[in-house]
Amino acid sequence: MALVLVGVSHHRAPVELRERVALDRQQAAELSRSLALVAGEAVCLSTCNRTEIYLAEADAEVAEARAAAALDALSGLEPDALAPAVYRLREEAAALHLFRVAAGLDSLVPGEGEILGQVRAAFEHGAPGPLLDRLFRQALHAGKKVRSRTAIAESPASVSAAAAVLAQQLFGDLAGRRIVLVGAGKVSELAGRNLLSRGAEIHVVANRTLDRAEDLARRFGAEPMPLAELADELGRADVVVCSTGAPGFVIGAEDMAAAVKGRRGRPLFLIDLAVPRDIDPAVHELDGCYLYNLDDLEAVVAESLAVRRSEAERAESIVAGEAERFQAWLASLEVVPAIASLRARAEEIRAGELARLEGRFKRLSAADRRAVESLTAGIVNKLLHLPTVRMKQAAVTADGVLYAHAVRHLFGLGEEER
Amino acid sequence: MADLLFWPALLAYGEAAVALVGEVRRPGLAGRLAIWGVRIGWLAQTGLLVLQASRAEGFPWAGAAGALNLFSWLVVGVYLIWGCTPRFRLLGLAVMPAAALLLAGAYVGGGIEGDASRASSALLAVHVALVLGAFAGFALAAGLSGLYLWHERRLKRRAAAILRLRVPPLDVLERLSGSTVAVSLAVLTGGIALGAVSLFERGGSFDATMAVTLAAWALFGAMLLLRRLTALRGRPAAYLVLAGFALAAAILPIAHYA
Repeated sequence: MALVLVGVSHHRAPVELRERVALDRQQAAELSRSLALVAGEAVCLSTCNRTEIYLAEADAEVAEARAAAALDALSGLEPDALAPAVYRLREEAAALHLFRVAAGLDSLVPGEGEILGQVRAAFEHGAPGPLLDRLFRQALHAGKKVRSRTAIAESPASVSAAAAVLAQQLFGDLAGRRIVLVGAGKVSELAGRNLLSRGAEIHVVANRTLDRAEDLARRFGAEPMPLAELADELGRADVVVCSTGAPGFVIGAEDMAAAVKGRRGRPLFLIDLAVPRDIDPAVHELDGCYLYNLDDLEAVVAESLAVRRSEAERAESIVAGEAERFQAWLASLEVVPAIASLRARAEEIRAGELARLEGRFKRLSAADRRAVESLTAGIVNKLLHLPTVRMKQAAVTADGVLYAHAVRHLFGLGEEER
Repeated sequence: MADLLFWPALLAYGEAAVALVGEVRRPGLAGRLAIWGVRIGWLAQTGLLVLQASRAEGFPWAGAAGALNLFSWLVVGVYLIWGCTPRFRLLGLAVMPAAALLLAGAYVGGGIEGDASRASSALLAVHVALVLGAFAGFALAAGLSGLYLWHERRLKRRAAAILRLRVPPLDVLERLSGSTVAVSLAVLTGGIALGAVSLFERGGSFDATMAVTLAAWALFGAMLLLRRLTALRGRPAAYLVLAGFALAAAILPIAHYA
């Protein structure tokens, strides 16, 4: 059985090409099933950055051609128009690639977490057999191992995520903290969702037009508020996220200084995601006020990505180890049929010899006949034990195939079939 | 025999202090080495204390050098409770060099051999242990406040690498420092009360060490009261804990030896 991968990803294909072969979960499942009908085993992984077809089939050439044809058909382009963007990998290289994908090492942002769920979904909705089942299970294991043993996924990879993590640096658990969103646009919503994902609750959405504030507040289960009332809220809030389109400061240093007096020393984290800025930078100088603007957050993200890249080196060695384990398992498959044939041949000879002497055994009691059966079976098992163990050991090295051929040749296995 | 336990303890504390500096530069392996240093050193020092207790007829840490020995063990012991978790590991930057210095001071002053001459009654022994335990708690609270000020400064400076090191959140550091002071103050109150009973029973005069201990009690008590009444928080509260401990640490030895 040969393992083959044919795919298109962000490394070689621009988005115009990728979107042509992109599939939703249902379509990917259907493609997997239709390919498995002819190939045997098939799993299709399709995300916004890649579409990859994994096949396990007897003939690698045929499998590659089949998968490439499927991608061509999806693209709707002339035959071979997609070819320059397509990569083809086999056996260990294909396995290593999938393990790197699951670990997030092949992603645009190293260690991003979404891909592991996408690999799992592709596996669950695909049509795997014994080989692809093992491959995808081990890929999921590799992905989890990388995330638990390295810090590759710990640091934030976006400005919104960095803002939420910094809020945790100040308060720890965000549950029960009073969070105020100022502005009701996409940026506010994204920042709010990041805070929500870390256990926070959005309490207030303040905006110049109350309609839009109400709309976003409804989605977060928060209270809408006109901007004019924001000054009162500053005395109670723990985290304030600003992203309005206002030309000047929405929160001035004087407003904030007045609010600080009533806060009884409680810290306040202010995130200014707007350009032009919404919060007077002088606010940061006030005791207990921590103001981060877009530049500050981008610097934190850049540093985080550097950490991810350095952790990626450790992750690569984990993934390589998993690929070696998979290769050893794959190699063991080569000798299993030879071992099975050898044992079948031995059993055939044993049974044949017993049948030949059946006439003489008639005089034996039932107990003696069982003893003879047991004796002959024991001799066969003892004779084959060491060769079986040695062949399994050889299977994890390149010698496995040679041993399998030698055993077939020496014992004439499969010759009757020719 | 005591030397065989003292030197591994001192070396392990020193190794932990150096490894913690390495942890700041590159988090990971150095942090784990530091914690193992703390664990091994603390176990060796525990063995040393057990040995001293088994050899002495009375309370073997009543002398100034002996007290340093017990004090450093208490400080490291309390740090171990938090220090084993990655978030509080950097607290050891303040704790471990101090513990190594205190232990070395105990050795130079003869506190490793034990001195039972000054406190043979159980009452006095418990008094000394409680007072030392309380000051160990104040030392930890000061360490937590130091870590708070350092982390707060990083947040104020908006350091790009702020997420590289795993440091407890400011809010957690502040609450822990406050509760450590509260518990230590309760322990110190118990120690002072026992000391007063002992003084009444045995007779003797009110000395400078007692005065400084009472002053420290009043200072930390006032700080807790301020926290409650005026919501004293943040940097001022951290500076106050640090100043209180520094004052006690500077004046107590002078008063003791004077």
